[in-house]
Amino acid sequence: MAETLLTLENATIVFGGLTAVFRVNMHVDPGELVGLIGPNGAGKTTIFNLITGVYKLTEGSIELHDAEKDRTISLVGRKPYAVTRLGIARTFQNIRLFKEMTVLDNVRIALNGEVRSTLLASLTHLGRYHREERRLVEEAQRLLDVFDLGAKKDELARNLPYGEQRRLEIARAMATRPKLLLLDEPAAGMNPIETSALADTIARIRRDFDLTVLLIEHDMSLVMKICERIYVLDHGALIAEGTPAEVQSNERVIEAYLGDDDDI
Amino acid sequence: MASERKSIFSRGVGVLTVKNGIILVLLLAAFGIVQILRWLGWIYGPIDDALAWICIYVVLAVSLNLITGFTGQFSLGHAGFMAIGAYTAAIIVGRYQTFPSVLVGLAAGGILAMIVGILIGVPTLRLKGDYLAIATLGMAEIIRVIAMNLTITGGASGLFSNGHMVTWPMLFLVMVITVVVISNFIRSARGRACIAIREDEIAAESMGINSTKYKVMAFAIGAFFGGVGGALYSSYFYVTKPVTFSFMMSVNILVIVVFGGLGSISGSVISAVVISAITQYLISANALNVFGLFSIEFSRVNQIIYALLLVAIMLFRPKGLMGTMEIGDLFKRIGRRKERVQ
Repeated sequence: MAETLLTLENATIVFGGLTAVFRVNMHVDPGELVGLIGPNGAGKTTIFNLITGVYKLTEGSIELHDAEKDRTISLVGRKPYAVTRLGIARTFQNIRLFKEMTVLDNVRIALNGEVRSTLLASLTHLGRYHREERRLVEEAQRLLDVFDLGAKKDELARNLPYGEQRRLEIARAMATRPKLLLLDEPAAGMNPIETSALADTIARIRRDFDLTVLLIEHDMSLVMKICERIYVLDHGALIAEGTPAEVQSNERVIEAYLGDDDDI
Repeated sequence: MASERKSIFSRGVGVLTVKNGIILVLLLAAFGIVQILRWLGWIYGPIDDALAWICIYVVLAVSLNLITGFTGQFSLGHAGFMAIGAYTAAIIVGRYQTFPSVLVGLAAGGILAMIVGILIGVPTLRLKGDYLAIATLGMAEIIRVIAMNLTITGGASGLFSNGHMVTWPMLFLVMVITVVVISNFIRSARGRACIAIREDEIAAESMGINSTKYKVMAFAIGAFFGGVGGALYSSYFYVTKPVTFSFMMSVNILVIVVFGGLGSISGSVISAVVISAITQYLISANALNVFGLFSIEFSRVNQIIYALLLVAIMLFRPKGLMGTMEIGDLFKRIGRRKERVQ
């Protein structure tokens, strides 16, 4: 049996009286591109926030399998930065770049986990400092080139056009060297040409970085085109799982999106 | 692709760059001018005091800017750190009265303030915005009240010394070291992490940055230099008493930082120089007679001027003198404009 990379078991979170996610069982295998879809307010982003440690599970478990060391790590109770260091990076639905910082610095910050020089070196700029800074700049530049943002490295992030901001967010996430990338509506607000370019980018980084992707998306054309497996969420619970074709013909999915007769 | 043209300022190896060379020359020039003026006998009592205040306020403002301007943690307790440094140095220097004791006093004052900063930072830095401001304000008040009630700190009347245990060269040197160390930190990977926390804490955490760690780090470094600023104060002036380190002192430092620009080291330096020079002039100046109708004694209306200044900044230039820019950025901007014209 192939080991899964990420496993959610009975993942449940209750906010006050509201059960936002209820007993969700999901798994993502290494190398897969899995879609997570559902109507607005179904709890998709909440699941991302549970995985990355922004919210704490009320019940259930989330585990990450480290194939290299053959061990399973529970993500429950870990802070977001710790989850990121375990190899899970994410982007945000409502772009959260460091707006007042340059494009280069946005990526450089995500490379902070690789900083080895001491605090003393940071304070004095002696020792390894200059060599390390040069390496960080080169590394950031290399990543920006992958995402066609190399020429814009000195611009402030807030001055980039919308589509490029989305790309920069992915570049920044990639700088943390993730095994699993969580993309939260990367195509939101993009036109069809940009969306199709995005699909190519995702395919390319999957191949080049040996990456597993979990994707939340509203743009069905994108989801159906690139996802290998899809989970459908409605009112916090999973209602369907399968290949794009299976999900498309699933009655409960159609009902969730279009509403059934009783709703009227 | 834009051609990679390195600006002349960044040429050089390691710390030996053209830019650093220019900075060194300017610093030596500033120091030299003061020395020449002193030699000419133009610098006496009040001006000497004003120069000391300038150095002290630069140290305090730049260190608070690291906490509030760069890391985005609103602290109203810098006078507390200053008090710890001031009393520590006053006790040590008062006992030994030698130059080495001044150095020990400066270091001990900074380290003690840093320890208190860490102890207070760990529980309070999880608070956000206004709540953190209130907590740090409370901390500073507690420190002041403790100083008022201990015998070792001389109670309400404070500690007296011979004064002038630090002199202008020493003040200048400590000020320069403070500015260099803090701006080094800000331009390092750790400093960028702090700025990222200010920009968007959730995004920073998602990039693998342990926000609590970096907030405490910035707070500790800021507290250290706050303590050093206090130690300079008590080593230069004759009296160290609790009333100096009241809420108003924290506000004074904050006004300088906000006026200079939250997130601009050169802004803080310029603003500290300008504001303390003006304040010292007003304090030393005699009462101003307004058309023979009434007279204003500046030492009394000092705080009103401060408050009015704060209101004026918020109305007309909320980003402060420099915003988040540094002097170097201004030159770059002028350079770019020239390029465009050509």
